[in-house]
Amino acid sequence: MRGLLRLLLTFLRPYRGPVAVVVVLVLAQSIANLYLPNLNADIINNGVSKGDIGYIWRTGGLMLALAVVVGVLAIVAVWFSSRASMGLGRDVRRAVFARVQEFSAREMNRFGTPSLITRNTNDVQQVQLFVQLALSILVTAPIMLVGGIILAIREDVTLSSILVVILPLMVAVIGTLMYFAIPLFQSLQVKIDRINQVLREQITGVRVIRAFNRTPYERDRFETANEDLTGTGLRVNRIFALALPSLLLIMNLSSVAVVWFGGHLIDSGQMPVGNLIAFLAYILQIMFAVMMAVMMAIFIPRAAASATRLEEVLNTQPSIAEPANPVEPARLTGTAEFRKVTFGYPGGEAPVLRELSFELRPGETTAVIGGTGSGKTTLLNLIPRFFDVTAGAVLVNGVDVREQALEGLWSTIGLVPQQAYLFRGTIADNLRFGNREATEAELWHALEVAQARDFVVALPEKLDAPVDQGGTNLSGGQRQRLAIARAVVKQPRLYLLDDCFSALDAGTDARLRTALKQEASDATVVIVAQRVSTILHADRIVVLDAGRIVGIGNHRELLSSTDAYREIVESQLGEEAVA
Amino acid sequence: MIAHGPGGHGGPGGPARPAPRPAVRGFGGGGFGGMQLPAQKSKDVNKTLRQLLQRLRPEWMPIAVSAALALAYVALSVIGPKIIGNATNVIFNGVIGRSLPAGLTKAQAVAQLRAHGKGQIADLVSGANVVPGQGIDFTTLGQILVLAALVYVFASLFQWVLAYIMAGVAQRTVFGLRRDVEDKLARLPLKYFDSHPHGDLLSRVTNDIDNITTTLQQGLSQLLTSMLTIVGVLAIMVWISPLLAVVALVTVPLSIVVTLLIARRSQTQFAAQWARTGDLNGHVEQMHTGHALVQVFGHRRKAMEDFNQQNQALYEASFRAQFLSGIIFPAMAFLGNVNYVVIAAVGGFRVATGTMTLGDVQAFIQYSRQFTMPITQLASQLNLLQSGLASAERVFEFLDAEEEVPDAATVSSPLAGEGQGGGSVALEHVSFRYEPEKPLITDFNLEARPGQTIAIVGPTGAGKTTIVNLLMRFYEIDAGRICLDGIDAADLRREDVRRVFGMVLQDTWLFTGTIRDNIAYGKIGASKEEILAAARAAHVDQFVRTLPDGYETVLNDDASNISAGQKQLLTIARAFLADPTILILDEATSSVDTRTEVLIQQAMARLRQGRTSFVIAHRLSTIRNADSIVVMDQGRIVEQGTHDELLRRHGFYYTLYNSQFTDALAEAS
Repeated sequence: MRGLLRLLLTFLRPYRGPVAVVVVLVLAQSIANLYLPNLNADIINNGVSKGDIGYIWRTGGLMLALAVVVGVLAIVAVWFSSRASMGLGRDVRRAVFARVQEFSAREMNRFGTPSLITRNTNDVQQVQLFVQLALSILVTAPIMLVGGIILAIREDVTLSSILVVILPLMVAVIGTLMYFAIPLFQSLQVKIDRINQVLREQITGVRVIRAFNRTPYERDRFETANEDLTGTGLRVNRIFALALPSLLLIMNLSSVAVVWFGGHLIDSGQMPVGNLIAFLAYILQIMFAVMMAVMMAIFIPRAAASATRLEEVLNTQPSIAEPANPVEPARLTGTAEFRKVTFGYPGGEAPVLRELSFELRPGETTAVIGGTGSGKTTLLNLIPRFFDVTAGAVLVNGVDVREQALEGLWSTIGLVPQQAYLFRGTIADNLRFGNREATEAELWHALEVAQARDFVVALPEKLDAPVDQGGTNLSGGQRQRLAIARAVVKQPRLYLLDDCFSALDAGTDARLRTALKQEASDATVVIVAQRVSTILHADRIVVLDAGRIVGIGNHRELLSSTDAYREIVESQLGEEAVA
Repeated sequence: MIAHGPGGHGGPGGPARPAPRPAVRGFGGGGFGGMQLPAQKSKDVNKTLRQLLQRLRPEWMPIAVSAALALAYVALSVIGPKIIGNATNVIFNGVIGRSLPAGLTKAQAVAQLRAHGKGQIADLVSGANVVPGQGIDFTTLGQILVLAALVYVFASLFQWVLAYIMAGVAQRTVFGLRRDVEDKLARLPLKYFDSHPHGDLLSRVTNDIDNITTTLQQGLSQLLTSMLTIVGVLAIMVWISPLLAVVALVTVPLSIVVTLLIARRSQTQFAAQWARTGDLNGHVEQMHTGHALVQVFGHRRKAMEDFNQQNQALYEASFRAQFLSGIIFPAMAFLGNVNYVVIAAVGGFRVATGTMTLGDVQAFIQYSRQFTMPITQLASQLNLLQSGLASAERVFEFLDAEEEVPDAATVSSPLAGEGQGGGSVALEHVSFRYEPEKPLITDFNLEARPGQTIAIVGPTGAGKTTIVNLLMRFYEIDAGRICLDGIDAADLRREDVRRVFGMVLQDTWLFTGTIRDNIAYGKIGASKEEILAAARAAHVDQFVRTLPDGYETVLNDDASNISAGQKQLLTIARAFLADPTILILDEATSSVDTRTEVLIQQAMARLRQGRTSFVIAHRLSTIRNADSIVVMDQGRIVEQGTHDELLRRHGFYYTLYNSQFTDALAEAS
């Protein structure tokens, strides 16, 4: 709640003007609306009762003019409130996006990509929807309520005491319903999610279900979920079935009471007849305002939750900062060096990498191998400074990465991540991602290196073939090859290949490595791999185990010197490979 | 981790993006402005409506009762204001009566007033039920008000019972619909799942059904009461004063025209807003998912520029949509006010001239409000109904999909099965094609004797799973036969065919539940000891023991709380527990860490002991030791034989073997 308020105060500041205009307009509009029944009372008291037909027409004309004014004010108010709420949405969205762009891998991991996407899209939308509603209903309701009460009291103080009974009664009824319905609504959502999950599993796991003949079991699981959901749905809707009738009953019985007590007041000469009819109109308006306000209260928790999530992002400072005085490397040769590097994730008990020291030189291919959790990918991530080391230093082109300008550091690196992510657009767009000036010939060359030429040639649109978001219209192997080609187009000094051959068959894998070795003959290449066959060629293999280097050398040297390495080779290539 | 998986989609069967849902649901009268989806339209409304009514037939009793209740509720709520109006008349008459000298008759009083030149008041008095000199008649007033209170109490009571009954109708109907959908899933052939995107299928069985629930829950009874209210109010207005009714009705077509005019424009703007939102969300998704790439490839500035441009476009579209839809309400309110003013003025004039009572004017004001409300609501209710019908059509389409051919099952007893040896498989002259015009397998023969291993090899995407599909009878062969221990599989029940097989695929499907439940999936009613034995055999036990909750660890939605290798081990344990005669195995190639891979291999080897196995093979040792190798390319079986035979043939296998395996082996040794 406080987070929502803070967020709105910050981001509504540029829209102070429009918001003020909206408040003033709504105020004016509400007063005018409340004045209409008053004029109606005048028609009855002064026109109808006294037979003054001229008065009736004059006042009628005045009411009509007032209605026009109300209409115009309302439309102008909608204009400004739409400007403010949509503008706020735009600004918050931009602020969140810009902040995430500055995040380092640490913040990305902390929040998780899907969560950041949801925050940047849905959560902003929730807040925007709330502002839009707030600027119409939440502003109008209190004004109508207070104005209605004042005018009702002005009509007749004694009769207004009826409000003391009606208002608490309404709040109590709505409150009770919400008290029972809101937890049920939440549990309803959980049950809908549950049944959808069962169905999703039945669809994605259809082969396994049939292979194990578990259709009856799945049916039971579903039946339970379905009965559960139906039961809750029934309870929720039956409770909600009470809402409208009970509120209407309160309203209608209030009218009856007003007429009865009003009749006595009129009879004793304390109130003119017309006031009774105006009073009835006010009572309705007051109750309507209360109902709207309470209904709107439902939106507050949701918007508040979203606001909190947005604030979390906006208040997070990127942990990797540009150095104040960046040092520019003298020569961009592509060397990299680990000097006694130790790295641990914040909050992690043991360091992921301990005291690693080795050099990566241009013209050489270095492979990193080891079990899951041995720290291979983490090691790779230290080179483009996605994380900062806990102790020691990583040097690229002879300068500590922490002293280099980030964009400068990155410009020398060609990265091929584990998941070959492609962007929506054409194949050419994707290849030019790191080098917008690349010529078509250069693109074809890169495709050839990455063994992707054949399948791109086979596409009817060739380089202009469309790529879906994430590259989902291509196979895993095609994606991996395009991701490699994308790095080649950039012509980096330093290639970082993170287990990016996994979806390729052995033949393609081998051809690709040969071509890449030629292409990157004077660049530095680092390969992280699971498959031994991928790294046999490497000039140097670094074997990691639980964050430590247990062996460095080429294939032959390691076979005789390192047990962990021999074990891996044996498991993948068979015993004869070790013999 | 350098890159992050594409958020929210992926998985088998392509992207499964949940269809966007309206933000507000469940609170009656849809449309608070927010994001409105352009209403989908159904293709054949009549047919869908018929099917929907068919489904509602068992509920005809409650529906009939509801209709009667709706009629009663509307009648009472329409009469209410008229009764209150009568009460107002009693009060007004009392006021006028008191102002006249007592002891006169009404006629005398009127004559006296005219004599004094007060013609207007005389008219008023002559039109009213006045006793000169007498104040308000509280006995009559009390009676009228008690009647009004009773009418209102019963109106609310009926309204409540109506909603209560309809909640049952809607929930029961949807319950049945959901059950039928689930039932259908079990009867569809595999072909259906393979040829329809999972995302679309999911959205039909989840979002569309939710949408139908909303429509049934809110739409039907509201639509009915709205229409009845319009008719009822219209009738009573004409009854009270035809003249005023005409005045009040003049604004009705006007408001319909205004609503339609604005709605049409705002609909296109909403569509634009929706499209822009999709664009922008896509951009955000991509830039956040490819965060590391955007940074390293120097793409940050461009990403921000693109974002700003799309964000601005979205802002402009949503402003227009918001403004246009936002003015509907003020416009309606304006017309309502005009109505109010005209009735107040014309009614006042009529009361003053004695041709109408004050109470009727007051009642009329309420009626005109009651009349415009359902008309404006009708638009949004029809929208709701339309989108509900579109959803219903999609669900019915799914329910009408062609089902699996029923089992012929001429052989009643299951196969020799567990513990009785057996396990021979013979494919005789088998032909098969997925699409009629593309023959895949023609006249294929293969024999596997009990305990033999058949390796299936071929490049990525060669269609190795086709063999699995045929053996498991996921797909039916077009010609020839597959015999299990000499019995034609086509004569068996599918269930019995599948009981013979155990399957460990790379696509490790696990469901949300505990590790124990996932292993137990292999055998109905497995005991604790059996589960533990299977877990031990598959090397599952050792890693499960390191988990804080052990076997009770609940695997989450995508089972991301255990590693890929551990998932594979779990599926092996499941197969151990099932104890099949014949095995279908898929050797892992994907990112499994090397230590776990050793365990997987050991477990698979143990599982294969004494069983006939079909292995989708990637390992030299498996291939060379296989009793027969089936070589596949581009979905077709191209060669078949033992390792030596195939090498001698110098065909596809020869090339494949040389390019893929010798390379690695030569360097390794």
